[in-house]
Amino acid sequence: MSDSKSVFPGDLRYTREHEWVRVEGTVGTVGITDYAQSELGDVVFVDLPEKGRALAAGEELGTIESVKAVSEIYAPLSGEVLEVNESLRDHPERVNGDPYGEGWLLRVKLTQPSETEKLLSAEGYKSHVEEGGH
Amino acid sequence: MQQEAPGLRTTPLIDVIRKAGAKLVDFAGWEMPVQFRSVLEEHLAVRSRAGLFDVSHMGEIRVEGRDALGLLQKLTPNDVAKLVPGQAQYTALLTPQATFVDDILVYRRDEQRFLLCVNASNVEKDFRFVRENAGGAVRVEDASSEYAQLALQGPRAADILGRIADQEVRSIPSYHFIEGSVLGSPAILSRTGYTGEDGFEIYLAPESAEKIWLALLEEGREDGLIPCGLGARDTLRLEARMPLYGNDIDETVTPLEAGLGFMVHLDKGDFLGAVILRRQKERGVEKKLMGFELTDRGIPRHGYPLRAGGREVGSVTSGTFSPSLKKSIGLGYFPAASARIGETIEVVIRGNAVSGQIVKTPFYKRPS
Repeated sequence: MSDSKSVFPGDLRYTREHEWVRVEGTVGTVGITDYAQSELGDVVFVDLPEKGRALAAGEELGTIESVKAVSEIYAPLSGEVLEVNESLRDHPERVNGDPYGEGWLLRVKLTQPSETEKLLSAEGYKSHVEEGGH
Repeated sequence: MQQEAPGLRTTPLIDVIRKAGAKLVDFAGWEMPVQFRSVLEEHLAVRSRAGLFDVSHMGEIRVEGRDALGLLQKLTPNDVAKLVPGQAQYTALLTPQATFVDDILVYRRDEQRFLLCVNASNVEKDFRFVRENAGGAVRVEDASSEYAQLALQGPRAADILGRIADQEVRSIPSYHFIEGSVLGSPAILSRTGYTGEDGFEIYLAPESAEKIWLALLEEGREDGLIPCGLGARDTLRLEARMPLYGNDIDETVTPLEAGLGFMVHLDKGDFLGAVILRRQKERGVEKKLMGFELTDRGIPRHGYPLRAGGREVGSVTSGTFSPSLKKSIGLGYFPAASARIGETIEVVIRGNAVSGQIVKTPFYKRPS
């Protein structure tokens, strides 16, 4: 159903847990994928870490809640939180409306940029979703 | 992503619901739509215009005969004798301990014929319970497979149904029903619901369900009617403080503890649980189901620990983000000492205590 309609931009890397990261130099911008927001439904609350927090790849960094469900967000890469998307406090629906743009979650100063190689490409993530996404 | 779910029961509307692209979930053993497009959109449509729900999973039990009234008087705390034919009543089946076997609607069709509408998860249990307690001239039958049920809810509901029902429906008072028809298909048209809005619950033969579902959606399109799933049904009923069996009420709590004292009529004569309820009424209850809203950020969910007066007192029975009020709301049982409007409470959300306070319910009341 929804996976056929989902969007998978080619310039991003992905996790099996449905986060995306856009790496520019040593800074990574993180969000959840179009498929993830569609599965979750209307996002009404986003809980993000404090600026300055050190994250290890795979660590739970926050939660995102829709009317019906809670979903954990995991750090795709290790690094330090530079900035979180404060606009989501008043406009959590941006995660649904524009998951790869205005609905971004946080920017991280990468401490181990080589970890990027372990993440999925758009093609790899698309197959993961088509297999059921679990 | 859509997988066949073997072993799940389906309603007569499963094909049209699948075709509409709804997200399906297992609810009490039934494959049911949790949402069509968006829980928020569906919720707000019911509050401002109208929504149509497939609730064919609900059960129906026929209780008929000379002793039918007597049996229902014995098994329920509300006064069934007060019902005139064509009237419905919200009540419960109670254990001898006055706890909920189920919460139900009783429809009085005539002097000796009643229909109970019961929760999908409790059909077999309720049927057994009523039958085992039956004596004398009364027939008890599980009629669940004979009925599909649609809930048309929202301020536009009466206008929409009024245009395709074969009888006048706008004049049916709240908690009353007629046995009429829609586009020639026989139907019980009941002015009841589980959303806190005006609306109808429509009982139909399963083979008529698809035709009437499609006809209502077509007729209501210009009114803004949309199909709705169980996700919106849950947020709507919680805003209206209508309890959900298995979450807010079950076989461990009584109607007085659940804040449903309006269904307890101790003056009507003896019934199962009356002794306990009389004692609770005299001495007061030890715990009470109260509504709360969070003042800090977070969303309470079923099962999260609840704190009051500096200690854990229980857990959230229902909780959600309220689409109408844009606040986090919930229900839970509090000891009598802290079960007061304005009392500060906490919900433990993933290890963090988040503050809130007990508030008056319903959280949402429709403008009159």
